Formats: sequence, structure tokens, C-alpha cells
Amino acid sequence: MNAANPIIGTFREQILNAASNKTRLSIEGGGTKSWYGNPNNHTKLDTRTYSGILEYQPEELVITACSGTPLKEIEAALKEKNQMLAFEPPHFGEHATFGGAIAAGLAGPNRISVGNLRDFVLGARILDGKGQDLSFGGQVMKNVAGYDISRLMPGSMGTLSLLLEASVKVLPKPAAIATLRCHIPQEKALRTLNEWAGQPLPISASCWTGNPSGEGQLTIRLAGAVAAIKAAIPLMSSLVNASEVDPQSAEIFWNELREHQLPLFENLAADQTLYRLALPAACGPLTIPSANNEIILEWHGQQRWIKAPGDEATFNLIKQLVSSHGGHATRFKQGASVNPQFQRFTLLSEQVHSKALELVQERLRSAFDPAGVFATKRLP
Amino acid sequence: MIPMNMVTPPPELAAITALQSKLVSALRPILPEHALLWEPEDTIPYECDGLAAYRKMPLAVALPETEAQVVQILKICFDMQVPIVPRGSGTGLSGGAMPISQGLVLSLAKLKKIINIDPFTRTAVVQPGVRNLAISEAVAHLGLYYAPDPSSQIACSIGGNVNENSGGVHCLKYGLTLHNVLRVRGILMNGEIVEFGSLAPDSPGLDLLAIVLGSEGMLAVVTEVTVKLVAKPKLARVIMASFDDIEKGGNAVAAIIAAGIIPAGLEMMDQATTRAVEEFVNAGYDLEAAAILLCESDGTPEEVAEEIERMTKVLEQSGASGIRISTDETERLKFWSGRKNAFPAAGRIAADYYCMDGTIPRRHIATLLKRIQGMEKKYGLGCLNVFHAGDGNMHPLILFNGADEEEWHRAEEFGTDILEACVELGGTITGEHGVGLEKINSMCIQFGEGERESFWGVKSAFDPEKLLNPDKGIPTLSRCAEYGRMRISGGKLPHPELERF
Repeated sequence: MNAANPIIGTFREQILNAASNKTRLSIEGGGTKSWYGNPNNHTKLDTRTYSGILEYQPEELVITACSGTPLKEIEAALKEKNQMLAFEPPHFGEHATFGGAIAAGLAGPNRISVGNLRDFVLGARILDGKGQDLSFGGQVMKNVAGYDISRLMPGSMGTLSLLLEASVKVLPKPAAIATLRCHIPQEKALRTLNEWAGQPLPISASCWTGNPSGEGQLTIRLAGAVAAIKAAIPLMSSLVNASEVDPQSAEIFWNELREHQLPLFENLAADQTLYRLALPAACGPLTIPSANNEIILEWHGQQRWIKAPGDEATFNLIKQLVSSHGGHATRFKQGASVNPQFQRFTLLSEQVHSKALELVQERLRSAFDPAGVFATKRLP
Repeated sequence: MIPMNMVTPPPELAAITALQSKLVSALRPILPEHALLWEPEDTIPYECDGLAAYRKMPLAVALPETEAQVVQILKICFDMQVPIVPRGSGTGLSGGAMPISQGLVLSLAKLKKIINIDPFTRTAVVQPGVRNLAISEAVAHLGLYYAPDPSSQIACSIGGNVNENSGGVHCLKYGLTLHNVLRVRGILMNGEIVEFGSLAPDSPGLDLLAIVLGSEGMLAVVTEVTVKLVAKPKLARVIMASFDDIEKGGNAVAAIIAAGIIPAGLEMMDQATTRAVEEFVNAGYDLEAAAILLCESDGTPEEVAEEIERMTKVLEQSGASGIRISTDETERLKFWSGRKNAFPAAGRIAADYYCMDGTIPRRHIATLLKRIQGMEKKYGLGCLNVFHAGDGNMHPLILFNGADEEEWHRAEEFGTDILEACVELGGTITGEHGVGLEKINSMCIQFGEGERESFWGVKSAFDPEKLLNPDKGIPTLSRCAEYGRMRISGGKLPHPELERF
């Protein structure tokens, strides 16, 4: 595109300086997710100067924007055309950026029905650790020319290259939405959700909240054609004795879940950690001895949030338990007195048949970034 | 007297023969007799894949029956530094499974067990040689299916699908292989077993599964795949709309999407195609139409009724000259039959056809079709255009006679011209068939030196010795330089209107 862009020139200069001085750069947008991942004190590279929507044609179902573009600007543009970022990336603050959302790779409640953030990434323009301006993928849905490098960027947390621009697939907003809620024990909720997921029902999201002993309530969102929602409501309601939530409160609820504003996510005690568990669909209720607070299950139980003591022994216990079910755990957010140096993620070496991939990952990073400009270890 | 050089084979051939016997004797102890082929009459079926114009004989072909054998084969080849070409069903259309003359073909066709089907979690664990359609057949009784449906689904294997990131006619709504595979177990070239992805919604570290999908057998040998199964829609109906003008048809595609509809399938055929297939299938296509659109809706009966009504309205507003809606399953399949049989129909009206696979932004469909019409005249060859209009993935079928060497070269040039037009219109040289050997030169056009260098970086991260399918997918620097010279000297510079840096 515009190879002579002065902002990109500044970025390149920063990268080349860091490479020759053997220093590192911590890429940051609006800083709304700066607490996520392993902390570092490296010089910041602020992406917000490179902002703006570059191309958006609703009938192509693709939006291309600079990484520093405010996420809300993108969502507003899509809303105007009745479209959306279907993976519902959390903002976690007023100033979240498009690039930050991609680098974090997080998805909201809709993830269970539409797929992960990376599924929607079609192309990326990056500056690698050598300051090279590179473009991968494109703006079309189907593209198998070369390795899918643009899809390595989601969730890489700035440890691979600087994302300059990305093209993501967008979807039309559903014609109709409804939310149902019922009281149901955790075990039955998980079973019912999996059974329903195997049927042609228009479920777009689910959330079970309750206490560790299994009592709680299930909220389900339906989205799709008007007729499909109309037909599904009585059928599903009668099976679990659910009632419909009024649209306005429902919208608030799903947004609070996506933005981590529900009570569980707030008021994290100083010695506690908010753990994120990513689990296979087959995993039933888990008991974590020291977690006495309310728990939240999303994505039909595949993403679970628990508050528990932030010490290493607790994290190890959680990691072992989750890993024995084929999943992995993250220290998502930590209380003020928990040692910030504790590793936030499950390591590849702690996963079955993944140890050899550590070396692959290391070589991959050094291919893009031989001088280690982006080697902040924010993502191990 | 016979001169010496007549009895001794040329040094190159002698080296190959020596390497062959060394490789065969190393592999013999670990494989059953029938699972190792090296006599030319046995290996000849493996000299090409679905792109029959590209052929080469391998040193040998190994057909392991267990993952442990795959590991051993890779270790032996790694130690001997013998390159490997992995192969599934051999239905690929880009020469990605064409052998290397000093390499081994590793066929995964005998690893064809469905290991586990779990209706509760809607997943199936299968070996790479399992056919795409066999998965859907095995889970049909559970009301589930595996969504990606490439046209070759009756024969192509899931391992091949993983390596090509295959699509199909329903991927606009249901996604590509990428969106339907949760976990891939594979073996690195050094024999190490690794797992990419998991049954959980994400995995630690970088998303290596995303890079392995569509990697054309160049990063790891797939030995097991966990796929996502989805609920079979209760009903599907298709609208067949005629347009008297290609442009109107192209615009109708954009209008449907802009109306907020994601059809289960959205396919287009030009007049040359409908005429060729109608003779073959008698689907009742409108032969006077310049283009025919097939728009499918699936879901519950209520959803389908609603969507069909909305799509019909959009098609009418877009100037469709005729609209028919399938009333039952028989009629739906009949409407589809022409599209599904476009390839064999092409094979009937011409000795050979060359299938292209570029993708362009939807809004340029009509532009590209008009350009192709011009190219038909330029190269003196016919072309049938069928495509996945919903995602802009075109499959022009260039008709030629393969017995005529000169005509094949013209077909190749024609194809390259189409791909360059796709890149120029903001698209890509391959939507789902892969680069393989066929489009390796076109990679020089789509990507700059820095990007190609990054591809080699990825390759080296997985396979530093560059032994896994090493001559496919990514062109070397010298190859692109050579290609650049050839394109310029062979005629005028392509797209002189473009600025060059």
C-alpha cells in the first residue's frame, strides 16, 4: 500500500534502533489489556498513531483497518451497515484498539457458535523484527497461497511482529435475538447444552453462573432467523423450565459478561487470581478445593472463570486438573499482592505431545524477529 | 566394441539406483512386504496426483499401516536425508503430491480408521486416509455431518483436506477445513510426535494449528485429525435464478450478501457451462441465460421459508430473468447436478481441461469474467466458468487438447494470465487447490521477496533440513528471478499499466 507512510517509517525506525541496541519493544494500543499476560518494563511502541478504517465494503463482508484504530470506531462503522465482529472481542476499556483485540486473541460469548477470533482473520500487514513491511493473506475468504501467516498474529500478544493492518471477516447481525434463563444445576446445564448443540437449534451463546456446589442459573442466547427463534423458544423453554429475559436486560447481561463486568470479575481480592480454564466439551463440573466463590461457565462449559488464591500451588493444582481433562489454564488477572512474576500461562512443555513444539515456536519467532525486538515473553 | 559409457548407466542414474536400493533395504525391515513399492510397474500409479500434466517417478512408495511405522519411516529418511512427499488420495489439483525423483512418496492411504465418534461433544477422531464423505456417512445416523464438502469429497482424504485447507460449496456458511478441525496430530520430519490444537477452544502458545492447516505437506505428516461435527439441517432448498447479463448476476451475488443473508451455498455458472452440462445431466437449465445462480438455504423449515422469500426478493430486484425454487429433495439435487458435474461435462466436450482456482473480491466477478472472454480469443481456447460466487472463488476450466504440446502450453499461459488478473483485482492465485508445483511461479507475482523469505522461515522452523515436500509451495529466490526474466522475454511485460518498483 503506502510504502512511504511516515508513521510506518517511525515504527520501522523504532524497531531497527531496538534491534541494533539489543533492546525490546512492548507493543501497546489503548492499554486496556496491559494487565493480561506476563508483565515487562520494555519501551512501549504505541500503535495508536496508526489509526483508521482503510476499506469497508459491506457486501464483501470484510473490513480492513489500521491496528491503532479504536475498536469502538470499527464496531460503529459495522453497526451502521447492520453488521458485526461476530466473535465479540472484549474491549475491557474505552480505548481498546483493533490491533490490541487481535493480538490478545480473546473472543466473547458468541465464540461457541461462530468460532474464534483467528477464524475471522483474512489478512495482515506487519512489520517484522527486521523492519520489513510484509503482507499476508488478503481480503478474500478463501486463500491458500503460502502459509497462513496472518492467522499466527491473533493471540501472539505482540511477540512475533508488529501488526500494522488487518482484514477481518464480518457478519450480518442476526435478524432476531432472544434470551432464556432458568435455574439448573451445573452438571445438568452442561449436559443439556451439549445435547442441544448437536441439534439444529439457533443457540449463539450460553452462560452458567453459580456456586461451587453446583446450584446456579443458565442464560442462553438464541440468534438467527425470526421464524427459527420463534420456533425454538417454546421448545427449549419447556425442556428446562426457562423464561424469556426482556431484551434490554438481556443485552446488558451479555455485554457485562463479554466485558467482565459481572460481580465475579470485579473486586478481585489482593491475594486472589482470576483463572481462565479452557476445556473440551466433554469435561463435566470440576471441583477446585480452594475456590469458594461464584464460578462462571461460558461457551457450553469450554471457557470457565474461577476466583481462587493466587499462589503457585493453587495454579499448579488447577493446571494439573485442567490438563488431565485435555485443557489448559491461564492466570488471567491477578490481585495486587500476587507475585507479578508468576508465569501466567500453561507452557507447551506442560502439555502432552507439545514439547517439541517449543523449539518450533522458538525458531518461528526468530525467523520473524532474529534480534528479539518483540521477545518480551508476554506470551511464553 | 561397445564404448564404456553405453554399459555403465549415466552417473546421475547410477546414484539414484544406489540411493534407491539403500532406502529400500533400510525401510524393508519396518514395513510389511506389500507396503513398500519400488519396481516401476508398482510405483507408476504414484507418478502424479490429480494434476496429471505434472509427472515424475519416485525412488519408492511407502504405505505405512500404523503411526509407529510413519515415525520410523521419517526417522530413516531424516537420517539418510531423503526427501519425502506425503500423499493422501492423490486427488489434489496442483501437483502437491508429485514425487521427487530422489525422494520417497509416503502414502497415508492405509491409515483409514475412524478411531472415535463422540456424538455428545460432536467430534470425530479419524486417521488421515479416511475419505471426507466417509466421515459424514459414519455419523449420519446421529443427525450430524462434517461440513466442508470439496467436489472430490467422495475420494479425497481428510489428511489431504487438512493440508490443502479445502473448502467446498457450503463454506460460505460453514467455513473451510480450518474452521472445522480442532486438533491435528502429526509427525515432524525428525520423527517427533506433536499435537496442534486440542479439544479445548484454544491452546497454549502461538496458534500453530492455523499454520499447519493448508501447509501442503511441507511442515508435518498428519497421522490423526479431530474434526468438528455439526447438526444436519432439517431441510435444504435451492433457488435457481437466470440472468441475461453476467454483470447482473455478479451484482445479485453482492446484493444477497448486502441484504444480510449468508446462503448455505451460492454458486454461479456461465452460459458455456450450462450448455455443456445440460446435455450431460438434463437439469432443465435456462440455456439462454448468460449466467445462472444457485442459492441454497438450509435450516429448520421455518428458517428456510423465511430465507427463500428474502433471497427471491433480492434476486428479483437484481433483475433475474427467471426464478425457480426446488420443491423437493429430488428437484434440489437436480438443480445442483449440473454444478456438481461441471468437471466431467468439460471432460466430455474437450479432450482435456485445465482447472484454475483464483479468488477475487465478489464485486469484481463480472470484470474477471469479461477479461476471461477476451483471453479465450487471445489464446484461441474455450473456457467454462463455474465458481463459488459467494466467496469469489472461481474455477475457470480451460479446454484444450493435451496431445498437442503447443496447445497445452497455450492453456498454461491462459491459466497464468487468469491468475495474474486475480492478483491484480485484489485476490489470490489459489482459493482452495493449493500452490503445489503448478502455481509456484505465480507465487512470485503474488508475494514479494520479504514474504517469500518469511515462508521459508516458517518452513525451516518445522523442517530445518527442508526434507518434507521441499520443492512445492514456495518458490526460491532464483526461481522467481528466472521466472521474471522468462515472463518479460516471452512477450510483453504483464500488466504494463501497473507501476513497478
